[in-house]
Amino acid sequence: MTRLRDLTIGQKRALWAWAFLAVPVAYFVAIRFYPAAEAFRASFTNWNIVGKMEWIGVANYTRLAGDAVFWKVIGNTFLYLALGVPVSMLLSFVVAYGLDRVHFGHGLLRALYFVPHLTTAVAMAWVWRWFYQAPPVGAFNVWLTSLGFAQMPFLRSTTQALPAVLAPAIWAGIGFQVVIFLAGLKAIPRTYYEAAAIDGAGAWRVLFEVTVPSLKPTIVFLVVTSSIAYLRIFDYVYAMTNGQGGPLDSTKPLVLMIFETAFKHFEMGYAATQTVVLFVILLVISLLQLKALRSR
Amino acid sequence: MTTKTVRSGLWLAATFAAALSWAGVACAQVEIEYWQYTFAQRVQAIDTLIKQFEAANPGIKVKHTHVPYDDFRVKIAAAIPAGQGPDVVQLFYGWLQDYLKAKLLQPLPASDFSVVEIEREYFPIVQQMKVDGKYYALPTAVRSLALFWNKTLFKEAGLDPNRPPATLAELVDYAKKLTKRSPNGDLIQEGLTIDMGGQDHHWLREVLIREFGGAPYSANNRQVAYNSSAGVAATQWYVDLINKEKVGQIGFLTDGVTAFRSGKAAMTIDGSFRLGALDGQKGLDYGVAELPSNNGIKANFASYWVNGITTKATGPKLDASVKFLKFITTPEAMELWMNTVGELPARKGVAEKDANRNHAKYGPFIRGLSYSYATDFVNESAQRKVFIDMIDTIVLKNVPTKDAVAQAAAEEQKLLDAFYGK
Repeated sequence: MTRLRDLTIGQKRALWAWAFLAVPVAYFVAIRFYPAAEAFRASFTNWNIVGKMEWIGVANYTRLAGDAVFWKVIGNTFLYLALGVPVSMLLSFVVAYGLDRVHFGHGLLRALYFVPHLTTAVAMAWVWRWFYQAPPVGAFNVWLTSLGFAQMPFLRSTTQALPAVLAPAIWAGIGFQVVIFLAGLKAIPRTYYEAAAIDGAGAWRVLFEVTVPSLKPTIVFLVVTSSIAYLRIFDYVYAMTNGQGGPLDSTKPLVLMIFETAFKHFEMGYAATQTVVLFVILLVISLLQLKALRSR
Repeated sequence: MTTKTVRSGLWLAATFAAALSWAGVACAQVEIEYWQYTFAQRVQAIDTLIKQFEAANPGIKVKHTHVPYDDFRVKIAAAIPAGQGPDVVQLFYGWLQDYLKAKLLQPLPASDFSVVEIEREYFPIVQQMKVDGKYYALPTAVRSLALFWNKTLFKEAGLDPNRPPATLAELVDYAKKLTKRSPNGDLIQEGLTIDMGGQDHHWLREVLIREFGGAPYSANNRQVAYNSSAGVAATQWYVDLINKEKVGQIGFLTDGVTAFRSGKAAMTIDGSFRLGALDGQKGLDYGVAELPSNNGIKANFASYWVNGITTKATGPKLDASVKFLKFITTPEAMELWMNTVGELPARKGVAEKDANRNHAKYGPFIRGLSYSYATDFVNESAQRKVFIDMIDTIVLKNVPTKDAVAQAAAEEQKLLDAFYGK
């Protein structure tokens, strides 16, 4: 038997490292990996929370493939992603770019942009819900009609509801993205700009050939985190549509469907199947983005 | 050792044993657990009942646990099979089938809860708790629907504040008079709230469809039956409130309760459980009336929470659980529940006492119970969504009512078939 003192220094270090790592590893196995593995197993059963788990093979997966609501929900989920990521990135970059140039009241402005990020999503969603009301109650419609435009149904329209739900989510997320962008902008060496100025580059050229390329790591980070956030959107939809994802499922994202299946219909097996699909989507998208943005 | 010492030793041991077992009897406390979901008034009512029960039964202690509604089913499902959790549990009437499938409940002993007596004493809707001739659970209270009207707004509109509409035709007539629009045509006061996500889906399903001469389901509840001319007529009547009579609009002030509470809706259909909240609303002068009838037909929707004994309870705990369940279903407990929670006594004799029947606020609900129906839901939230979507398809997508009703019926039939394993 090898004694402790016979080990090399490297081996001892590794042993120590593992000794300290054992606690978080045990924690992750018990709290994260084991339940995740159980979810995979449950996705092949018809577990309804109160009964026994019965193995039903891929029946849940074939049911999901034939479920019209599921495809509608997948479409919605990607629409949240496709609208949410570019719009929020663009807005937050513009704000950060401007803020970077402002010195008077910089701290206050930055704090103001960050405040929505600190506010409870449900509270904000409710405030926006009232904004979207028909006139004379809803602020947006009051403005629209006073400017001579027709009033909008917003949350009561199958086409406008999804962007209407997304808007407060973007608004709340911008504060965080602005702060990250500002840090990225500050980290760009002044010498790059000086060199560009000496070469006589215009403001746009500096923006696209110095600033944006230098921000790549920041952009990668924000695209990945915001993509995951929009793919998992739930609280705004739940609060703004009475937990229904309506009208006619037009705002329902995958996470809300999972929640409904699990905790309203108590079809835990089927909900686990949907969770597995969400997991695969998140995994694939994150890997693709990392790969695409890591390449030079 | 002599025989004598052995003998005296035995005596000593026997005396000790007797003393010990006597002491054991004296402090023999059976503790049972009662679980329900967290709702301030329900918690308060049960706490009071437990205090009374423990005073009357010194050997029994009842531990009261309440769980937030969202976690309630999950926790019970996890606890009972593990030998933990409640001995007596409160559940929604629509969950009985699931609980039986999972073997979470045991039948109530017929010697203590006679089938004949239950059927003589309780409202007929309670018979849904009987499976294969045995009762599995009993309610303390039941709930039904009624029409709430705002007396102040009635006066403003020149209507008699003490005369609510009695028929559907009158309801439309009143609602039109009570609807207010701004000069631009924007709705500023609803005549009647339109809220499928609230109680309206029950109203359409069990009340309007029947009042138009139809039935929502077949007699055995396995078939959807509203895809009929009556079903279409009832749905059309409801949609007309939005599109033709324009007395309300979906989502006005977010929901019907908010609109009515804030005095921006003159009438609303809601349940007896709303009385507590509305009574706490300052400046709201409202009345409660039986649901309007149509062509002499009256119907109402009733629902209830029941108390059952779980499979965990055996031996002395089972005896204690039986005693406790009997206690919380006595006429006195039902009166206490009504006065604390606002739900109606489940025993006809108690509910229909003159004082209750003629009570200004409980009365209309109680009178409604005698002609009420409890939907045999297999998945309440999914079945509600079928109705929400049916109305949205007509209102937002301009789908003809007939097609929307047919589509909803097909959707709901799928849910029934899936549950009954077709």
